[in-house]
Amino acid sequence: MPDNPRAPAIEVSGLTKSYPSGSGVIEAVKGIDLRVETGQTYGFLGPNGAGKSTTIEMLCTIRNPTSGTARVAGYDVVRERDQVRRRIGLVFQQQTLDVQLSAEQNLRFHADLYGLSRAEGARRIDEVLAMVDLADRRHDTVTKFSGGMKRRLEIARGLVHAPQVLFLDEPTIGLDPQTRAAIWDYLHDLGRRTGITVFVTTHYMDEAEHCDRIAIMDHGEIVAEDTPEALKSSVGTDRIALRTDDDELAIARIRERLGIEAGVHEGQVTLAVPEGAAVVPRLFTELGVGIRSVTVNRPSLDDVFLTYTGRTIRDSDGPQGRSFPFAGRR
Amino acid sequence: MTTRDTAAPPARLDPPPDEVRSDLTHQLRATWVVTRRELLRLRRDPARMLTMLLQPLLFVFVMGTGLGSIVDTGGDVSFRTFLFPGVLATSVLFTAAFAGISLVWDREFGFLREMMVAPISRGSIIWGKCLGGAIVATVQSMVLLALVGLVDIPYSPVLLLQLTGCLFLGALLLTALGVLLSTRIKTIQTAMPVSQLLIMPMMFLSGALFPIAGLPDWLSLLTRLNPLTYVVQPMRQFTLDRLDLTAEAQERLLPGLTWFGWEVPVVVQLGAVAVLTLGLVALAARVFRTTE
Repeated sequence: MPDNPRAPAIEVSGLTKSYPSGSGVIEAVKGIDLRVETGQTYGFLGPNGAGKSTTIEMLCTIRNPTSGTARVAGYDVVRERDQVRRRIGLVFQQQTLDVQLSAEQNLRFHADLYGLSRAEGARRIDEVLAMVDLADRRHDTVTKFSGGMKRRLEIARGLVHAPQVLFLDEPTIGLDPQTRAAIWDYLHDLGRRTGITVFVTTHYMDEAEHCDRIAIMDHGEIVAEDTPEALKSSVGTDRIALRTDDDELAIARIRERLGIEAGVHEGQVTLAVPEGAAVVPRLFTELGVGIRSVTVNRPSLDDVFLTYTGRTIRDSDGPQGRSFPFAGRR
Repeated sequence: MTTRDTAAPPARLDPPPDEVRSDLTHQLRATWVVTRRELLRLRRDPARMLTMLLQPLLFVFVMGTGLGSIVDTGGDVSFRTFLFPGVLATSVLFTAAFAGISLVWDREFGFLREMMVAPISRGSIIWGKCLGGAIVATVQSMVLLALVGLVDIPYSPVLLLQLTGCLFLGALLLTALGVLLSTRIKTIQTAMPVSQLLIMPMMFLSGALFPIAGLPDWLSLLTRLNPLTYVVQPMRQFTLDRLDLTAEAQERLLPGLTWFGWEVPVVVQLGAVAVLTLGLVALAARVFRTTE
């Protein structure tokens, strides 16, 4: 089958995944549909346990779906597994390098596994090492690398075989802001030059802004899917965050007198209103609770996430409580 | 927010590699890639070559010399000379089993993932691990093999070749066993003691340290059930054939290995090990395919 550059990079229809669990069955993914156009950078967000790891694993041919179909780079993830594998690059959250080998040997191994010729492999290895600024460390054993360097090397490795779709699971976690920015610059550049499709999960909402489109997954379903701009407009409200002397009372009074439901997020009373600036004076006159600070925010992706999942991404999925979806637990 | 020009068709990527190459060629190549990684790891850690030397050297030179004074080998052959081929055979036990269970490490440190998501068959991963581990263990034991002169065994090229071949076969057997264990055992804390549990009886019941004649029935049976016996016996035979022994000494040091009274030829012994080994690799590949 020829690769059709016009076909969507990822096309998912009615995809489900259930696990047997104790007495019953857990439905981790409940029949999702997804379409990612070629060349897009696609952000995949969701709280812990939302089913996004399971979804990515199915798209990467690591797990078989219970029902439904998924095509990646034009090939079926179950029936044409190896064709899919040749066309996707993976960057796992968990480290998957052979730390006893050198950087170059790790890349060489990868190039060989993916069937690149000696010359082509060497050319690609030079290219990707330069991209992640590890060219001068290519002969060093990976044990000598810092966490950030290892992560850069893994990203380089994911690109060695010139994949059409690059999957990254939390690619920038634990990296300094400079490296994060450099990696995103490269991903953009890569997209423009080669038309590669990038499918990425991230906890950094500022990084989600880099994406052409975003899907938010919760409870096994896709609860929102659009461009970041459209999602922000759909939330359509400003967010007011208050520090007060008595949060309970403040929430009660806001309900009573302003008719607005407020909640506590990250230690602040938070409420969503269409026109934030107009509400602030009323808060001071009608709450009767000491207010120590007020901030009004225009909608951000954080708010989008909050609106659709009822949690902020940090509430739901802080670094402590995070799971490692690609970890080898079986 | 960036909006990309979607009207222009994206530049084509490099064509996906390897579409024309046949599947078998690709899988063989993948097997070799996995094999070569084991060799690279040994080359990066040359100290490993020497650390395994200590135990066999203790066996041959300390135990062999110490016990040599009370063991009657029947004349011109020292106990150390008798011991050497056996100890050489057992030297691959540890290194090969260790190479086999390194699959557990690969899983624990995540590298197995890198292999699992590559467009290669799981069989290639298993074959590569087994071949690579066996070659590494053989190379390590060849350091010991180079010392045959110290126990008055001649440096005959044919003998060295025969012994190397036997070492490789024994190493492949043990690596396959180690890999098979690793397909079921998921933590290194368990894999290490379990492999020890396997190795020690194999070593003692192989006739590596004593001739397998005149043993009580139970011990005789156990040695014949131990696959390593069929590596040790040929190695000892090849070695003793190079020394001009009297028929009496030959019979005493190397009694024929019999199955129900039939003296099993060396070729059959080695053939049996080879068949068993291939079976173990195939089984490991099968278990790996269904569980991983």
